[in-house]
Amino acid sequence: MARSIKRRSPHSVIPGFGLSLGFSILYLSLIVLIPLSGVFFKSAQLGWHGLLDVIFAPRVLAALRLSFGAALVGALINAVFGTLVAWVFVRYRFPGKRLFDALIDLPFALPTAVAGIALTALYSTNGWIGQYLDALGVKVAYTPLGVIVACTFIGLPFVVRTVQPVLEDAEKELEEAAASLGASRLQTVTRVILPAVLPAVLTGFALAFARAAGEYGSIIFIAGNMPMVSEIAPLLIIIKLEEFDYAGASAVAMAMLSLSLALLLLINGLQVWARRRTANVR
Amino acid sequence: MSTLSTVPLQDPPSLPPEFRPQGPLIRRNSAVTESAWVQWLLVATALLFLLGFLLLPLVSVFTEALRHGWKVYLDAISEPDARSAIGMTLLTAAIAVPFNVAFGLAAAWAITKFEFRGKTLLVSLIDLPFSVSPVVAGLIYILVFGRNGWFGPWLFDHDIRIVFAIPGIVIATMFVTFPFIARELIPLMQEQGTDHEQAALSLGASGWQTFRRVTLPNIKWALLYGVLLCTARAMGEFGAVSVVSGHIRGQTDTMPLHVEILYNEYQFAGAFAVASLLAIFALVTLALKSYLEWRHGDELAATRRH
Repeated sequence: MARSIKRRSPHSVIPGFGLSLGFSILYLSLIVLIPLSGVFFKSAQLGWHGLLDVIFAPRVLAALRLSFGAALVGALINAVFGTLVAWVFVRYRFPGKRLFDALIDLPFALPTAVAGIALTALYSTNGWIGQYLDALGVKVAYTPLGVIVACTFIGLPFVVRTVQPVLEDAEKELEEAAASLGASRLQTVTRVILPAVLPAVLTGFALAFARAAGEYGSIIFIAGNMPMVSEIAPLLIIIKLEEFDYAGASAVAMAMLSLSLALLLLINGLQVWARRRTANVR
Repeated sequence: MSTLSTVPLQDPPSLPPEFRPQGPLIRRNSAVTESAWVQWLLVATALLFLLGFLLLPLVSVFTEALRHGWKVYLDAISEPDARSAIGMTLLTAAIAVPFNVAFGLAAAWAITKFEFRGKTLLVSLIDLPFSVSPVVAGLIYILVFGRNGWFGPWLFDHDIRIVFAIPGIVIATMFVTFPFIARELIPLMQEQGTDHEQAALSLGASGWQTFRRVTLPNIKWALLYGVLLCTARAMGEFGAVSVVSGHIRGQTDTMPLHVEILYNEYQFAGAFAVASLLAIFALVTLALKSYLEWRHGDELAATRRH
């Protein structure tokens, strides 16, 4: 409410504008902006050709492809199953619901290194789940599949937590209207409910994707880290740092930052499109 | 007697089977819900997914940690390197979190109580650390404070160590936990507006008094919620800290780094023992978080209310 009244800072009765904004910007610059600009300056030292040479080296390309590809697949898995989990939590009653609801945020709270060794123990060939998958001929740990498992784990809460409130607020009347107009339940779900939650699903997808693309801790234990096969881009940055190739490490970091930014802009565009589409439906 | 008392509870024998009530008298409208078996199938699929990706990994941390018995477990968490790692983790969180609290309060105050140009930009810049890989977060401090970095030579001449030492670990942790508190406070303070503060100021309270006695009580649960998430991440951060710590055992090892070292040395029981401590921290965090959402949901930002 108060926001609708436009107020220029000098005339506000509330004090502390200079202090609070000044401190925020100082701290933001010191901790985030100035250090982050180091990546640009350092990789600029390589020159345009040097930068492209580093990024398009086969090993770097393979690592970038794995990091972003696995993050994409993980985010897709989460978009489908996260929406399902949110639906089940909001609409149905079953024993243990509160416990599982609280557990959803575990990937936020559990340190990534712990998640990494736990997933490795679980999905290795003698683990609780891995032994059955191994019997089917599927190897998860120490393969790119393991990277996808870790990406799915790390992004799990995002879709559930963005879709859940939207489903809770969804008006049941719309579904009743659809049903009374002769829509089957499946039609109601696909043409009334899904379009309404689609923007939230996309938001959750984008967050899960961004998180998983840069993920390191939970992946390195399960990935096996074979160059060209199961080596992720953040690990390559660490390897280059250990070789004191700071410019090379910065170049890989630049590639990761630009790719993330481009994909987030794309997803943002998709969201605008999805919102406009739902607006038309209504 | 006993047969007499049970008779009225049974269905009247005259009623044909097709007229006997089946299931609950008030049925849910089948047009706006699914048939029982579809519901059952969806719940089962969702729970199976959560079992494989959440519950079993969590359980396996504890079973792996206790595989060789309590003696091994207690030894692993009480040896000197583990104790120093626990101390480092607590110290890091104890420094990084208050800084981010100060920033979160200042940023939320500036953003929600005033109108100024570039506000949207500031809000999106606050979220920036969430979309930066933790490893890149570590890398940037090597570029700034490392031996060949911007301030590296000067720091080296004055014998000040930042990277591969405690300050580097703390700063990297500050970076990755940077947005947590501001993100909890901004939406809530936006909703609350400025009426209370204006009332207090018009009654003669000073700026600090208004902040301490009016604003702070209004946002205390959201602040606590943010501190909780921030602390959990600060204690668990791995990628960024791994880059700047230099892995000096017993000196610059935090708990997650100690887990990695033990694991890479094939000391699985020890690695999982230290990991189980972190998992307990995480479970306590989740429990407190659920409690705050349940008990003080009205005083958290709208997206946190269940």
